[in-house]
Amino acid sequence: MKLKSRHLLGLDGMSKEEIALILDTAVSFREILDRPIKKVPPLQGKTVVNLFFESSTRTRISFELAERRLSADVVSFSTAASSVSKGETLKDTARNIEAMKIDMVVIRHPAAGSAHFLSRVVDANVINAGDGGHEHPTQGLLDMYTIWQKFGSLDGLRVCMVGDITHSRVARSNIYGLTTMGAEVSVCGPNTLIPREIEKLGVKVFHRLEDVIPRVDVLNVLRIQLERQKSGLFPSLREYHRFFGVTKEKVAKAPKPITIMHPGPINRDVELSADLADSEHSVILQQVTNGVAIRMAVLYLLGTSN
Amino acid sequence: MKLHLKGGRLVDPVSGKDDSFDLLIVDGRIEKLGKNLSADGSYTIVDMREKIIAPGFIDMHVHLREPGFEHKETIETGCAAAAAGGFTAVCCMPNTNPAIDEESVALYVREKGKTVCEGIVDVYPIAAATKGREGAELSPMAELAQAGAVGFSDDGSPIASAEIMRRALEYSSMYGIPIIQHAEESTMTQEGCMNEGLTSTRLGMLGIPPVAEDLMIARDIILLRYISKARYHVAHISTAGALDHVKKAKKEGLNLTCEVTPHHFTLTDEAVTGFDTNTKMNPPLRTAGDVAAMKEGLREGTIDVIATDHAPHTIDEKDVEYTQAPFGIVGLETAIGLSITELVEKKVLTLFQLVEKLSTNPRRILSLPTIKMAEGEHANLTLLDPAIEWTVNIESFHSKSKNSPFNGWRLKGRAIGVINNGKARFM
Repeated sequence: MKLKSRHLLGLDGMSKEEIALILDTAVSFREILDRPIKKVPPLQGKTVVNLFFESSTRTRISFELAERRLSADVVSFSTAASSVSKGETLKDTARNIEAMKIDMVVIRHPAAGSAHFLSRVVDANVINAGDGGHEHPTQGLLDMYTIWQKFGSLDGLRVCMVGDITHSRVARSNIYGLTTMGAEVSVCGPNTLIPREIEKLGVKVFHRLEDVIPRVDVLNVLRIQLERQKSGLFPSLREYHRFFGVTKEKVAKAPKPITIMHPGPINRDVELSADLADSEHSVILQQVTNGVAIRMAVLYLLGTSN
Repeated sequence: MKLHLKGGRLVDPVSGKDDSFDLLIVDGRIEKLGKNLSADGSYTIVDMREKIIAPGFIDMHVHLREPGFEHKETIETGCAAAAAGGFTAVCCMPNTNPAIDEESVALYVREKGKTVCEGIVDVYPIAAATKGREGAELSPMAELAQAGAVGFSDDGSPIASAEIMRRALEYSSMYGIPIIQHAEESTMTQEGCMNEGLTSTRLGMLGIPPVAEDLMIARDIILLRYISKARYHVAHISTAGALDHVKKAKKEGLNLTCEVTPHHFTLTDEAVTGFDTNTKMNPPLRTAGDVAAMKEGLREGTIDVIATDHAPHTIDEKDVEYTQAPFGIVGLETAIGLSITELVEKKVLTLFQLVEKLSTNPRRILSLPTIKMAEGEHANLTLLDPAIEWTVNIESFHSKSKNSPFNGWRLKGRAIGVINNGKARFM
């Protein structure tokens, strides 16, 4: 079995079988990460470029590690060092880099649809590492992988994404992936940060954590950006923390312990209390480790299928 | 020029004629109009069997980009596109640089129009309602009217201030010239680049809520009720809610009209999936419910006019990230095909009603001379083949820009000729 597309642009529209293939493939790469020698040869001779038009530490390092562990040659490029500031278009930047004969491009960009755009203008395989508020498919996959490892199945599992859903690519990729895999997905956040008609994507909407906590297995807590307050979307971080912040006290009311996830970076004691982030029910660091394995799986499946 | 239009179906809402007629045209005038006319060999015969002879079509919402943005379009290429698309007249919007907000610019545009494409396309400027289209001070409307402006609009931007809108309605009412509003409550649309709804939620893009359009129209209707002598026209209406406001205001007897673009009665916001920047325009593509409402509005007559909002942009300007791309698509060369395919073929409008919305109604709204289909009258005609099937090919556009989402579409019906100002062009 192979992936249908030669790019990974998003999880919207991806089949259950394809997602399962990526998760299954990640299992063997996850094992490699525990070996003393963590390098394998499948992408030897291939060149991968990481185009990061938006600051990111974790995702960029995770991709770089995944690429190097598959023995690819790696070039990374981020906004500070880019020619974007000189007024070059994304298309020209991409074409110039491709003219240097590269095989795969990983792109992180603030505009929704930029990975789709790139896949139309270059011949290389394109992997979306986050496009605006649209999708962050490898994050969605690593979140699903982490849940799957912990619970043994995604089918029927109850997952709630908490926070700013409107601007969150992580929320979208999780929603598409998890609903496809049969999980029961809900979102919880202030009404001003829940996009319209999201129920039609097959999720339930809540505005009170108290209503969600008794009925979920996993809370995936999203980072809240202070800019949203300035644009009038919520009144204050204090109020946000009191009503939407996930704390030990609030989750203690659950009938059984809830697994806590966060895509990072965490605003400690804003959207998630520090004690809960560091508790035994938190799988936040496993998410980070699994991220490398998932990215290896995606790079492997796309990079060796040509 | 001596032409014998032989055996065509004359569709003329002015006289009410919808029947088979021959026309003899000599030097730009209708010499004879009758059944089965015969003419001597000096006439060029145009076989019009199964074809339509209609009064010349006008597109009352076009961006010709000159002066200032000649890399996108010029008055010449815009008029060439208009003629090729079956229009003998266009009204050009004032968002040029400089804006059409003073006599000299209006005169320049109007006079330039007479010198391009043999003058076959009449160019009527729509002047800015406010100086520099900045929404703060009224433009010199009386002078602009004298220089040939047929409407006032800050199109591209709304006339946002209620006070300025009130004064614009009051002042323009002295001259019987309509204020054409780009209806958008912009405090709600700042970062939006597509319709707000399920598709924007799916794609993770910030939306332009439909209520931003409804709100502005509702406000303007309240103002219009207060300044009842004014004339108000809604540009590119796109939401079911806005249409409902217009319908009620018309029933009340207020002096307002509206137009819809072919893309707003053809495409829904689902076309944005895939992030083709040729699906980005303002107002944005709306939902299937809105498209159905547009068709119903056309059918029952709430919508008076079909106009394209022809908005040329270069490939380089459009070939960027969706959020970065400018709003707008070209429309002059696909308007008739889309109208016949989506409206006439689907029994939304008869051909007779279509001609009203592309010729009679916009000319009446803009107080332009009526096109009379009678002997001795100036021949201003659009000739159509309503049955021909063709494929849209942006490479064959006469417009300088190719930003159309309809490339490759199979359409039914197109213009086969235009006659105006003593000139004829056949496609």
